[in-house]
Amino acid sequence: MSQGSEAVVDRNIDRQQMHVSTTDVAIDIVGLHKWFGDFHVLRDINLRVMGGERIVIAGPSGSGKSTLIRCINRLEEHQKGNLFVNGTELTSDLKRIDEVRREVGMVFQHFNLFPHLTIMQNLTLAPIWVRGVPKAQAEEAAMMYLERVKIPEQAQKYPGQLSGGQQQRVAIARSLCMNPKIMLFDEPTSALDPEMVKEVLEVMISLAESGMTMICVTHEMGFARQVANRVIFMDQGQIIEQNEPDEFFSHPQHERTKLFLSQILH
Amino acid sequence: MTDTAFVRSEILPSQPAPRRESGLVAWLRKNLFATASDTILTILGVLFIFWALPPLYGFVIGNAVPPGGTVEQCRVENVGACWAYIASEIEFFVYGFYPMAEYWRPNTVFAMLVLLIVPLLWPKAPFKRTNAVLFFLVFPVISVILLSGGMFGLRFVPTEQWGGLLVTLIISIVGICLSLPIGILLALGRQSKLPVIKTLCIGFIELIRAVPLITILFMASIMLPLFMPQGTTVDKLLRAVVGVTLFASAYMAEVVRGGLQAIPRGQYEAGASLGLGYWQRMYFIILPQALKHVIPGIVNNFISLFKDTSLVYIVGMKDLLEAVKTKNDAIEWASPTQSVTGYLFAAMVYWVFCFSMSRYSLNMERRLDTGHKR
Repeated sequence: MSQGSEAVVDRNIDRQQMHVSTTDVAIDIVGLHKWFGDFHVLRDINLRVMGGERIVIAGPSGSGKSTLIRCINRLEEHQKGNLFVNGTELTSDLKRIDEVRREVGMVFQHFNLFPHLTIMQNLTLAPIWVRGVPKAQAEEAAMMYLERVKIPEQAQKYPGQLSGGQQQRVAIARSLCMNPKIMLFDEPTSALDPEMVKEVLEVMISLAESGMTMICVTHEMGFARQVANRVIFMDQGQIIEQNEPDEFFSHPQHERTKLFLSQILH
Repeated sequence: MTDTAFVRSEILPSQPAPRRESGLVAWLRKNLFATASDTILTILGVLFIFWALPPLYGFVIGNAVPPGGTVEQCRVENVGACWAYIASEIEFFVYGFYPMAEYWRPNTVFAMLVLLIVPLLWPKAPFKRTNAVLFFLVFPVISVILLSGGMFGLRFVPTEQWGGLLVTLIISIVGICLSLPIGILLALGRQSKLPVIKTLCIGFIELIRAVPLITILFMASIMLPLFMPQGTTVDKLLRAVVGVTLFASAYMAEVVRGGLQAIPRGQYEAGASLGLGYWQRMYFIILPQALKHVIPGIVNNFISLFKDTSLVYIVGMKDLLEAVKTKNDAIEWASPTQSVTGYLFAAMVYWVFCFSMSRYSLNMERRLDTGHKR
């Protein structure tokens, strides 16, 4: 196997819970266009994500990967086309936007933890104020998720006192505390020291094993191969290729894909 | 290959840091006589102290007439500060023309102020929420009733009779407590995506900032009644308070905007992606961080607001400075150092309040630092 896509964990992935629904549409993107000023970033994107899918979006920088997943929870606004998340269409209606955001978790490249709050407060803020969960219950759930990402002992610290890898695991736990149906990952390991990438990928894998619907923009091709059920390749704001990971890596169709893979898998 | 690299085979244990030079001589050499120019500055500084300190001491303490002294003592040649004058007029400086028999009313308000504000500002004091409700909602109502009277059998005291430190404190405390929230709303409004709100906020801020406070106070006291329906009057003190508050809010808005701009976009996005609404995002995530960044600027505004209250004499209010100015002409205390002592006293009072605010803000900055500046 080439170096860039070697397995991220040595163990076998537990695929028991990982099944893709045939009826439950999680995200439906139809003819989506987006412009930044005059720059056409997303051009006619069509993508249907079924419940339980684990999709990795790859592509060169500036290809619109991040913009696409940021459209899914309306951090970016699209100008043309339709976007449905769990059956709710995203429009400028603020109520619907909040409704979608409650069900869609997002993990950012730079973690974006709230530096003035402790880890525990970071985790419980949204459950308490958005979902109306009582504080004690929210804290209990938060502890459970912190244990799941293996840092329960950091609960009372501030984000600034944690390493990058720990912060990103907290960020994942923070999203999970809202019990999202879908998780979006926007280059979650790109800002990490190489030694810390693995601990974050481990958490993402265990999340996949629990059956979560995930869309990950990432350059971790090993993760794509081990976990994804589909790899999508974007260039110049368009989806130019998609396939199952094995096929994608062994028989890329498009010239641009071949070039990209040859660059990153040496 | 030449052997140029030294490879350590075992990790060195950490060693204690080298001891710093200590002792008086080392300290002197490091802080006062490190270089030739330092030495010159030190000598000049010492000379200045020797030149300035004795006369200052003589004026303030040595030759001064202590409280309780007589006006004759204040009239001898080369006399120092006439503290006897301050002591005998202190009631006017604190209460203005407030009727003497009713002094217990402002005194009660002062006592309540101290009792409520100390635990509010002291981080470890319990019952913060109750405390805040009492201070921001209950205290103002009780204070107005107590001070102006006219109900509950209290004699009515029109605001024209209020004066001195009482007025200075009323205007500055109301101004401080209201200008921050109004300033925050204006700053948020200025960043709003809704064009109407945005334009209104920008218009207000730019209009107020471009006009001197004196003009606003004049407008409030002379122009405002012209626009009001015949027969309605707005209290003079209230007009001054509103003028000062609006003026400070415009400045505050710009300080807060500076703080808002320092918050990375990721913080807004993280809040949004968790489903928090706009006001929740602002209240829990953005403002705590933004305000923390601009504490020095906010307190700067508070301090300048406190000192700006001395301008209300323009609309006929007798604040602390104006009260001092009035008594400086009092014949019964006419003496060479009467005015100087009066102004020195006023300056000291302003200094005590402003310096406390400054120290408290430094303290707060340290306390709120959660060490995210890695």
